[in-house]
Amino acid sequence: MIRVINLNKSFNGNSILNNISVTFETGKTNLIIGRSGSGKTVLLKSIVGLHDIDSGEIWYEDVLFNKLDFKDKKVIRSEMGMLFQGSALFDSLTVEQNVRFPLDMFTDKNSEEKDERVNFCLNRVNIINANNLFPAELSGGMKKRVAIARAISLNPKYLFCDEPNSGLDPLTAILIDALIKELTEEYSMTTIVNTHDMNSVMEIGEKIICISDGIKCWEGNKNEILNSDCETLNDFVFANSLAKKLRLTNK
Amino acid sequence: MMRKFLTQVGHYFLFLKKVFSKPEKPVIYYKQTMKEFVSLGLTSIGIIAIISFFMGAVITLQTAYNTENPIYPKYLIGLGCRDSIILEFSSTVAALILAGKVGSNIASEIGTMRVTEQIDALEIMGINSASYLILPKIIATLLFNPILTLIAIIVGILGGWMAGTLSGVITSANFIYGIQYAFIPYYIVYSMIKTVFFAFIITSISAFQGYYVNGGSLEVGRASTKAVVYSSVVILLFNVILTQLLLS
Repeated sequence: MIRVINLNKSFNGNSILNNISVTFETGKTNLIIGRSGSGKTVLLKSIVGLHDIDSGEIWYEDVLFNKLDFKDKKVIRSEMGMLFQGSALFDSLTVEQNVRFPLDMFTDKNSEEKDERVNFCLNRVNIINANNLFPAELSGGMKKRVAIARAISLNPKYLFCDEPNSGLDPLTAILIDALIKELTEEYSMTTIVNTHDMNSVMEIGEKIICISDGIKCWEGNKNEILNSDCETLNDFVFANSLAKKLRLTNK
Repeated sequence: MMRKFLTQVGHYFLFLKKVFSKPEKPVIYYKQTMKEFVSLGLTSIGIIAIISFFMGAVITLQTAYNTENPIYPKYLIGLGCRDSIILEFSSTVAALILAGKVGSNIASEIGTMRVTEQIDALEIMGINSASYLILPKIIATLLFNPILTLIAIIVGILGGWMAGTLSGVITSANFIYGIQYAFIPYYIVYSMIKTVFFAFIITSISAFQGYYVNGGSLEVGRASTKAVVYSSVVILLFNVILTQLLLS
């Protein structure tokens, strides 16, 4: 479980996040939704410690993460996996070497054990016969899947995904969503996904918070989202004309 | 402006502190250093050899045309070629060339890693990204650049000898006598010391420029240009300081 309490973050005096408080639950896919520029990525990067926060608390179980020094943060970070918007695979390494990298850095496994784990992770995300390809030779969907394989190679307790569907066609996006949900349940991880894709919201949104202009404006789940009174959320959810018509028809 | 400059200098030293912190897994750093030997060192041999050869040739011909007076012994052409190459060309001019080749390479590589979130990915894993990415580069250049300097000296003098003898401005015997005449071995040490300093300057300043890139490909290009310009200026500044310290 990850708890965020009264989190504030600004850049050069411009306030980006205001007093965000939320609890992300274990074994569930927790979604942060909101329009582009609303502060989703800053919130996610603050939670993982890539941005220092101005004030507030970030708890990983019963550890106050944002007060730890670099050395102590490493312990928590070894339990994190993250899927970046652009995948962030290492260009100079092959698919296999990318997935193997965390194992080389943080485990004392022998070469055979590492190979076994790498192949297991790649099979789990349905990457077959691509071990020796470089990231530049992969499609967008494959890059995301390899990044997920790298993220889960150390059996993380926490999985963070920053817009995992950006740049993907709807079918591939659904596959990635399904994979994230399956892995979350399989390994009982605390997963936080940043997205503005409504398909994802309806497919995997077990817990959802909506951010608008750096403020948390709504919290609920996928069953509650269509009946919300929050105008900001409704503007986001029913943004396209088809959704607006359906909503009017239902009313 | 002065405040901005001092802030940058402060950031640079904090960055160095991060780079020189204890490695996570030394064996991984060893492998990385070996890779950097190839990408930063071995691939620079060609350009250094070509430029050294022609610089040696030009120095010989220039010295010959400017010392045509019969009171100057011919072997002075060889001596001039040797000292110019050892004292300045092999270390300073070669460092300026490497600032262009290696410096822009480092800044653009690390800058691209920054804007594509690869550095963030390392940080998330709990890896000290500055140390992991940059320390092997610094070690590789500190160890390999003296070898490049030796190559520059040898090839430069060879170029001078070939240009001198083929153009007929000096005989082979006179040139060889000249490069042996009044030879001071300390000049080689002086050149090596300068090379080590310059290698550190090139690698650390270029990596610093790349590591703190903020934005996209345009900023990576700018960082690459800044890396070359700042490295070159600092090299020239340190050339004066080291020359005064080591030769006075």
